[in-house]
Amino acid sequence: MSILVDKDTTFIIQGITGREAVTMARECLDYGAKLLGGVTPGRKGREVHGLPVEDNVLAFTSRTRVDAAVVSVPPGFAADAVLEAIDAGIKLIVCVTERIPRKQVAQFVEYAAEKGTRIIGPNCLGVISPGKTRVGGIGGAAESTRRAFKPGKIGVMSRSGGMTVEIANSLSEAGLGVSTAVSIGGDAIIGSTYAELMPLFDADPETEGIAIYSEPGGRAEYELADYMARSGSKKPIIAFMAGRFMDEMPGMRFGHAGTIVEGRADTTASKIANLTAAGITVAEKIGDIPRLLNERLGK
Amino acid sequence: MRFYEFESKQILKKAGIPLPKSHFCKTADQAAAAAFEIAGPVVIKSQVLSGGRMKAGGVKFADSPGEAAEHARAILALPINGLMPVGVLVEEKRAIAQEYFAAVTWDGRAKKAVIIFSDMGGIDIEEIAEKHPEHLSRTHFSASRPFSDYIAKNAVAGVGVTGNDLNALTRIVAGLARTFLDRDMTLAEINPIGKLEDGSIIALDAHMDMESEAARQHLDLLKELGVGPEEKRQARPPTQFEIDAEKVDSADTRGVAGNLTEFDGNLGLIIGAGGGSLTLFDAVRAAGGRPANYCEIGGNPSVSKAANLTKLICAQPGVEKIAVMMNVVSNTRVDIVARGVVKGCIEAGFDPAEKIAIFRIPGSWEDEGFAILKKYGVPYVDRTVSMDEAARMAVENTKKKA
Amino acid sequence: MAMFIRVDIDPSVQQDPALGKRIAEVCPVDIFKVADNRLETVEANLDECTLCDLCTIAAPGKVTVVKLYR
Ligand code: SF4
Repeated sequence: MSILVDKDTTFIIQGITGREAVTMARECLDYGAKLLGGVTPGRKGREVHGLPVEDNVLAFTSRTRVDAAVVSVPPGFAADAVLEAIDAGIKLIVCVTERIPRKQVAQFVEYAAEKGTRIIGPNCLGVISPGKTRVGGIGGAAESTRRAFKPGKIGVMSRSGGMTVEIANSLSEAGLGVSTAVSIGGDAIIGSTYAELMPLFDADPETEGIAIYSEPGGRAEYELADYMARSGSKKPIIAFMAGRFMDEMPGMRFGHAGTIVEGRADTTASKIANLTAAGITVAEKIGDIPRLLNERLGK
Repeated sequence: MRFYEFESKQILKKAGIPLPKSHFCKTADQAAAAAFEIAGPVVIKSQVLSGGRMKAGGVKFADSPGEAAEHARAILALPINGLMPVGVLVEEKRAIAQEYFAAVTWDGRAKKAVIIFSDMGGIDIEEIAEKHPEHLSRTHFSASRPFSDYIAKNAVAGVGVTGNDLNALTRIVAGLARTFLDRDMTLAEINPIGKLEDGSIIALDAHMDMESEAARQHLDLLKELGVGPEEKRQARPPTQFEIDAEKVDSADTRGVAGNLTEFDGNLGLIIGAGGGSLTLFDAVRAAGGRPANYCEIGGNPSVSKAANLTKLICAQPGVEKIAVMMNVVSNTRVDIVARGVVKGCIEAGFDPAEKIAIFRIPGSWEDEGFAILKKYGVPYVDRTVSMDEAARMAVENTKKKA
Repeated sequence: MAMFIRVDIDPSVQQDPALGKRIAEVCPVDIFKVADNRLETVEANLDECTLCDLCTIAAPGKVTVVKLYR
């Protein structure tokens, strides 16, 4: 098993004729993902790598089952694209677009919750279940994706797309492998947080442990700690907290849009203390994650 | 994008929120004229994007235009946390009976906007939250619906305010919340809101932060305020090194090679991208290294862009060596970055084999990249060496010196 | 000065202006230009070559991309 996606997941790419999206489509197809086609308004009838381009999402959902949509359109059009996919009945939306103002994100996230749609991102690379499928640009070219993401037993959640690949690669090198990896996005408001995805990993028999990459800013780590206490989840979690240097530099923004220290709770020191208290092991070094997981898994 | 107090107050004024009389002044003479016009006691406040103005001596009181000019002269020359003020605000001084706090911001956990209100204004809000939680209310609201006044009323009533004060404060908080939503703010704060001895309620100090991603949708407002859309307004002013790096980045639209922040160490960093840079900067420090800069390389920068950034970093007087490191990349090309950094070193007059302490970028096109590094004698490692280990090697290598 | 890439153009290309134009058009980083009906390389852009092979596909055997670091 895996979470969110499996080998039969069908999906479309909104904005498929864009430069990055064309590459993403190629990489997904090469990986064996069930990509059906994509949407770019006014480009109906064109093809991308032999797949149909339509003017709207309904053109796909009215004739076939569409499990997911990847939104890869410019920031000014992204909220509209997400709303279109929700109203077309798609239940999983991976929003890759960066730099969407958070008011718009709050609006479509609220609407998605009402409609029972799950959103991953924005500002993320997508979801991969190694050996089964990938939805989004995560891992890059199919061949390098296969090298960095070996099928295995560790779930990965990361606020950074690049670090999702780095961590997965170290787990693959260590022989642990990855069950599902989710690049959750680096923005201040995102569709699915660690705590919201944890129940899925908890329910997935294939996932034995979880690796998390985190950063300063926001409250997502507190929510995760609360979830651990509340749910009695037993799967070991190793978290890594980057940006420790930022604790000394409040008000300065580094990295992602959500990465800024604006109060004591945003600091890495405070988050690390809180995660540790919740029974989550916080790795001092990024390279320690596989070893710590092995220890916690009793091997 | 942070606004200065005088700008924030202009925004509040447009929202119909009552304010004391005030004038933004850039010289002592202007301050004297402003005090003369106000014709009463005034307060002179440094206009600077930094907290702690009061403690640093950036806020002074005056009873006459002459005194106002004197204080303005001193404040205009006074840096606060390393920042020079852009001017002073000369404002009528009012006697305050009671202070309140109101802020509207985003709560990433609830994924909604939230009003934070307190009847203990003027002091650090985190302290109130810890020591006097009953004096603080948090009221979430939807960004999808037009803002309704009752939400502001609930926020104010939530700390026990009633009577005329409740109605006056509700108007202010509702105006603040609407401005927050309409203008894509990430923070809209009035602290303190003052209740005067005559019972009227006004905004005494304000702090607003607009989402930079949305700034282009509010060019009308920015123009009115005289703010350039490209102004970054970080918590400290950019250094020359940072300005030059920004130029390198914006001169070429291919990929990102910028977001540079200067530090005072001896190891130049060419690192990427968002998360990788944070991780590597920490790793260098944990290994005892002293970074000369933070930066982010992402997407697919051109060879010349990577070379120009390398040249700039190498040219910093304190930089002894540079480390070129990233997480396993799937988008950025290893060979293109390798060409760029080798070229940049050579063009800056250095031997890449000596100047580059370590190259650790595994991923797409790494075989081509490693061939380039080998030819130029640059020490490199592949994905079997962790980011921390690479950082440690860079620090060791820098200590050895050329 | 180009350090990493050299591109050799077979002299026969100069007899076929249409081919020269096509080669110049396919390159994503403007390594070729046509001047006085002759196809030339642009020195300043050579190192930007992405090794995409579009030029060699457009003119098999007539253009050679040489990696100077190999
Ligand atoms: S290989 Fe590609 S980038 Fe290089 S010269 Fe040919 S067309 Fe241009």
